Amino acid sequence: MSTVNPAIGTEAGHGHAEEHGHGDGHGHGHHGSFISTYVFSTDHKMIGKQFLITTLLCLMVGGALALGVRWQLAFRWEAMPFFGQLFSAQGGQISPEFYTMLVTMHASVMIFLVIIPILAGAFGNFLIPLMIGADDMAFPILNMLSYWFMWPAIFCFGASFFCAGNGAASGWTSYPALSALQEAAPGSGMAQTWWLFGLTFVGFSSMMGSINYMTTIINMRAPGMTLFRMPLTIWAMFITAILQSFALPVLTAAGFMMVADRMLGTTFFIPGGIVVNDGDPTVGGGQTLLWQHLFWFYSHPAVYIMLLPAMGMVSDMLACMSRKPIFGYKPMVYSMAAIAGLGFIVWGHHMFTSGMNPALGMTFMVSTVMIALPSAVKVFNWIGTMWGGRLVFNTVMLNSVAFVSMFIVGGLSGIFMAAVPVDIYIHDTYFIVAHFHYVLFGATLFGCFGAIQFWFPKMYGRMMSERLGKLHFFLTFIGFNGTFFPMHLLGVSGMPRRYADPYLHPYLEHLLPMNQFMTICAILMGCAQFILLFNFFYSRRCGEECGRNPWNANGLEWTAPSPPGHGNFESVPNVYRGPYEYSDPNHSEDFWLQTDPAKSKTPKTAH
Amino acid sequence: MKRFWCAFFMFWPILAFYLCWIAPEMNWWFPSNGPTGMKAASPIGARIDDLFYMILYITTATFVGTQIALGYVLFKGAAMTDEGNEEKVWYSHGSHSLEVIWTIVPACILLFIALYQMDVVKEVRVKTAFPEATKQGTVILAEVTARQFEWRIRYPGIGPDGKQLPYSPQPQPTDIYTVNELVCPTNIPVTIILQSGDVQHAFFLPELRVKQDAVPGLDIPVWFQASKSGEYTLLCAELCGWGHYKMKAKLVARPEAEHLAYLQELARRQNYDGVPEAPAEVAKGE
Repeated sequence: MSTVNPAIGTEAGHGHAEEHGHGDGHGHGHHGSFISTYVFSTDHKMIGKQFLITTLLCLMVGGALALGVRWQLAFRWEAMPFFGQLFSAQGGQISPEFYTMLVTMHASVMIFLVIIPILAGAFGNFLIPLMIGADDMAFPILNMLSYWFMWPAIFCFGASFFCAGNGAASGWTSYPALSALQEAAPGSGMAQTWWLFGLTFVGFSSMMGSINYMTTIINMRAPGMTLFRMPLTIWAMFITAILQSFALPVLTAAGFMMVADRMLGTTFFIPGGIVVNDGDPTVGGGQTLLWQHLFWFYSHPAVYIMLLPAMGMVSDMLACMSRKPIFGYKPMVYSMAAIAGLGFIVWGHHMFTSGMNPALGMTFMVSTVMIALPSAVKVFNWIGTMWGGRLVFNTVMLNSVAFVSMFIVGGLSGIFMAAVPVDIYIHDTYFIVAHFHYVLFGATLFGCFGAIQFWFPKMYGRMMSERLGKLHFFLTFIGFNGTFFPMHLLGVSGMPRRYADPYLHPYLEHLLPMNQFMTICAILMGCAQFILLFNFFYSRRCGEECGRNPWNANGLEWTAPSPPGHGNFESVPNVYRGPYEYSDPNHSEDFWLQTDPAKSKTPKTAH
Repeated sequence: MKRFWCAFFMFWPILAFYLCWIAPEMNWWFPSNGPTGMKAASPIGARIDDLFYMILYITTATFVGTQIALGYVLFKGAAMTDEGNEEKVWYSHGSHSLEVIWTIVPACILLFIALYQMDVVKEVRVKTAFPEATKQGTVILAEVTARQFEWRIRYPGIGPDGKQLPYSPQPQPTDIYTVNELVCPTNIPVTIILQSGDVQHAFFLPELRVKQDAVPGLDIPVWFQASKSGEYTLLCAELCGWGHYKMKAKLVARPEAEHLAYLQELARRQNYDGVPEAPAEVAKGE
């Protein structure tokens, strides 16, 4: 018999459910119009859902851009069906400038419009007040604005597609002078300017979110919810918010400096005396490396912003689905803090070949290698959490295990890059591409897929289909590994990134069949995402109804109705213990809600 | 079904391991087109490869270990829900001593990895630690300027005595120019001055394991040593615009004497004005 039975949850929560009903979930106690309930909502749950659906749709756009890249690498210069017709004037062919645009916009959309907002925006918003027992965020209007500032960002990134060059094309890193000088590339005109504005708006959105998260987590915890009784998800969101609010201003400033360089004639990043594309020689004495430092000062911590919340959520899901307390709760917290702390002093590892002072390179190498340590500790603790548990093999668990398994690969391949001499060879090759896809897709996105399945019942009061969820997982996992594992080998073979036609170089010619295989896997993976979308929207209407606690989990969010009404809880919850008391031998059930005041049947001994 | 998923999670690491195992044989490994095959074509490149393999062995051991642990945990956890299994969940909040062990052991290994790299980093990058031969002023081979989308190479010219002149940062009338073909003597450490004429590029010699960004506004010295004569690939590794992929060039290494002769030939061709050389008697008469 499975311990996690939706039916049990339904019965358990039924009494409360009747009091409140499912139907008036959103509008309870507050007579909102359609606009104030669904559009300009200040309810954190609605904002979380808005973020979630927006990012899922952006995920499809980002994926389509990636398929364009993969198409070109497998079937170079052949007309691409459908997508090729959308923009390109070359009869469906992907031109080299179009290719560099695809590479750039795929990364920009995925990073700025999918990964960061789905973690902080969607799950952060939805989960923080529910998990700490608050009725809403500390600043609900700021919260609403953080969502609505996503739209100018989406508009700006979108506008970029309709400018000359069909989009920014200087890489998501936008290194000057390629990005700073209008003549440098077809996409470096208005498209690049729109891109920079988009970046700024995403920054606003994130900043408003992170201020809110920090304030909420510090001030609005329910009675008894001490810091070390917080679920790891909340710890992760808290640390992420701190990272974001300290690193982001640097990127915003850098973005404005770049805009000024492009439009106002300043030369922060433009060295004097260079001639691009037969334009006028530049004047002034800027330094392109300055941009790299400023950019990576944000964007390296951003890598952890894109990972830590998923780590937290996976910790919660693994503990629940293993019916076991999390192994080493405090080491988990400390290692996240260590990742965040070290995350601020490793940005230079993106610049090992950039020509910065080599002594600096050595320093960054040591800090970068050492950041693998807290990551390793976390992996060991996850395995420890599953060790000897009663594992429930549902979609949530499968995605969480995939997170751990893929994160191991992504973490280990990171060590190659942290070592300067090895990085000299593999820098800007497909090895890097393999590495960060294993971390950002293999870890973060699988974590998100699991989290969607896990918290969907709380969001909509219905279960997502297990059958479809498993099918989606199966296809995505196969497609993912088929696409990205061979990239390690391409990298070792010296295939550089962002090449519209690598086979122009004889030493890469023989890699074409492998690239074709990868593209087929990528298409499979892309198609599989429609299953997720279908499952999401279908289950919203037709999924099996569930009660408050379908997974028999411990967190505060599971004591609220599904979906929770306005204000989340009927009364202020009192917290008596940590969130991971599964299978306590002194308790009759294998879960023990944080709000359950019952004492142990027998006096508890120290464990 | 649960055992299927356990096997599913174990199947892919095995496949991944197998793929890496057969990769060198299948030519999915270091580039093998050059004169030295898959081996690095420079002494420092060979040391970089050694470091790569060292990290590869350490990470493979970790990968295998963690995946086996994961597999064990999964199979055991699946068996817990079997009919008739009375085993209790291991109720544990963690183990202090385990945490200490699995913090300190990886910490030592990682620190070792980091410190072990230092010598090579120093030799590749730190100017004062470059090999002696590259420091003797006159042996700067050339100035390489990356542009959209080609490599312009300026060699110091040939003096009246038939020897190469010293490098001067300012262009000289005697300089020899080539595009997309860099020549160097075999087995001698040489230095180039790397520049960019427009946007950022990267000087990448895959067979020699050399990579250095060409940054507009900076003159960056790069040294390398081709251990065998022959042609090597030179390409750009930093996105530099639409034609990034087509900055195709080559490095040609020749034995030292032949290299000088080739440069003399280049100089002669560059200075050739089409006028046949005057007969010896006429020259005397003047």
